[in-house]
Amino acid sequence: MNSFHLILRYFSASLRSQLQYPGSAIMLGIGAFLTTIIDMLAAWALFDRFGQVQGWSLGHIAVFYGVVSTSFALTDFFTRGFDVFGGECVKTGAFDRILLRPRSPALQLVGYEFRLSRFGRLAQALLVLFVGAAVVGVAWSPDKALLLVWTIAGGVALFTGLLVLQASFAFWTTESLEVFNVLTYGGIQAAQFPLSLYAAWFRNFLIFVVPLGCVAYYPVLAILEQPDPLGAPDWWLPTAPAMGFLFLAASFLAWRAGIARYTSTGS
Amino acid sequence: MDAARPYLAAFSSRFLLMLQYRAAAIAGFATQCWWGGIKVMIYAAFFAAAPAAAAASPMTLAQVITYTWLAQALLALTPWSADPEVALSVRTGSVAFDRLRPVDTYSLWYVRGAAWMASRALPRAALMLVGAGLVLPLVGLSDWAWKPPPTLAAAAAFAISLPLALALSSAFLMIVNIIVAATLTDRGVNVLFNSLIIVFSGNLLPLALYPDWARTALLVQPFAGMMDIPLRLYVGQLSGTGALLGLGLQAFWTVTLILLGRWAMARVMRRLEVQGG
Repeated sequence: MNSFHLILRYFSASLRSQLQYPGSAIMLGIGAFLTTIIDMLAAWALFDRFGQVQGWSLGHIAVFYGVVSTSFALTDFFTRGFDVFGGECVKTGAFDRILLRPRSPALQLVGYEFRLSRFGRLAQALLVLFVGAAVVGVAWSPDKALLLVWTIAGGVALFTGLLVLQASFAFWTTESLEVFNVLTYGGIQAAQFPLSLYAAWFRNFLIFVVPLGCVAYYPVLAILEQPDPLGAPDWWLPTAPAMGFLFLAASFLAWRAGIARYTSTGS
Repeated sequence: MDAARPYLAAFSSRFLLMLQYRAAAIAGFATQCWWGGIKVMIYAAFFAAAPAAAAASPMTLAQVITYTWLAQALLALTPWSADPEVALSVRTGSVAFDRLRPVDTYSLWYVRGAAWMASRALPRAALMLVGAGLVLPLVGLSDWAWKPPPTLAAAAAFAISLPLALALSSAFLMIVNIIVAATLTDRGVNVLFNSLIIVFSGNLLPLALYPDWARTALLVQPFAGMMDIPLRLYVGQLSGTGALLGLGLQAFWTVTLILLGRWAMARVMRRLEVQGG
């Protein structure tokens, strides 16, 4: 069985187990839909009071938010294993078992769970994205659709990288570091507004350290056909999502270093 | 005095126990700095972008910024989720022991819940005061800093309002706990109430900044007393009769929720299902 089939097998087992409790799965999905709605509530109230910010309207914010939130929702489907890695694998010693199996540990962690309830977040994110795009009058074309897919792929790579990095830290700390939620959930919060709103040092953090701006701000400018008010060259805007893949590659370096120094907690 | 002793003991033991979780406090502080920092920058951009709307806003930018840091500092004072101790005792069945103790279960859970929230808030608030109140002005960002209350009256009103907020939050926490005891799980209620509280306590956005037509409705609902009213008193946005009204609302909702909670608890405990074995 090749890796792809194995992943599908993992996912279908996970889906079947979640569908044993259909009521719970549906309610969690609806709950996720409702709780993510409030992400946009503060932005709506601010625009209602102030009208615009640096020329941006609520529709623009909806597109920024929709893109980054779609990326995160897609990532969230299959990264549960990395999220709980510290507590459930390193601390308990269960990682020994994973290492003994003749498949890569990362692949097994991806197969840990396929979270059905994330459909709620995905549906909300896509809804916000396309309603926002309609409001600001984005003219969709095959080029732009392709750019959107490329942007979201970059976002998925970046968020996956963050989760892999979080799991890698667990080799040193033995516990999952909840602080990483700042970069995932907090990252969505930060990336829903254009980078030009932020102070320079924070902007640079979002471009060069954790490149959330490269998988949301820059490519969305290209989709909106707006030049960068901060003066980035036009060729850079659609190229930026590649940074997400670079970040993912760097995270896997940390992951390999972590596995190399792994010692079991025993028992 | 003797009647209160077991409850005081329950409060102080939980309070001192929870204070031991220093790593959790520091992690919480880091998270709250991130959220607070993003919010402050976004508010500053909005206020700068529309000077006319900013002038007409019911809160000045400086008030909004102090409000934001305080809201982050006191985040743990709002009842985000059911008391994990109660949820665990319902799950394992040890809730039966609580029923056997020669004390009033409602009061016992109430003081334990109050201690849980207060002890989690205290170290985070202290760290935030140092970070946003002292460090930010020292590095030259005093426009974005946590400022002291503008008048002595505002400080006094805040000092009265903060314990009331804790009393109100604990009364609401008890409602959540009772739902957990009745439904045997804390999963559903936590998800549901989380969003309610983050919006209606003013944590997401100061309640005064929502559209003007919603202002009265947002002030009189019970969640405002958990965070928004004390913070508005602190920054001086509510003063004079408005301040008295705010304190009165907090007291009213505290009493109402305690009566409601006691009534619901009596009903749930009459047919309590004890798990375990």
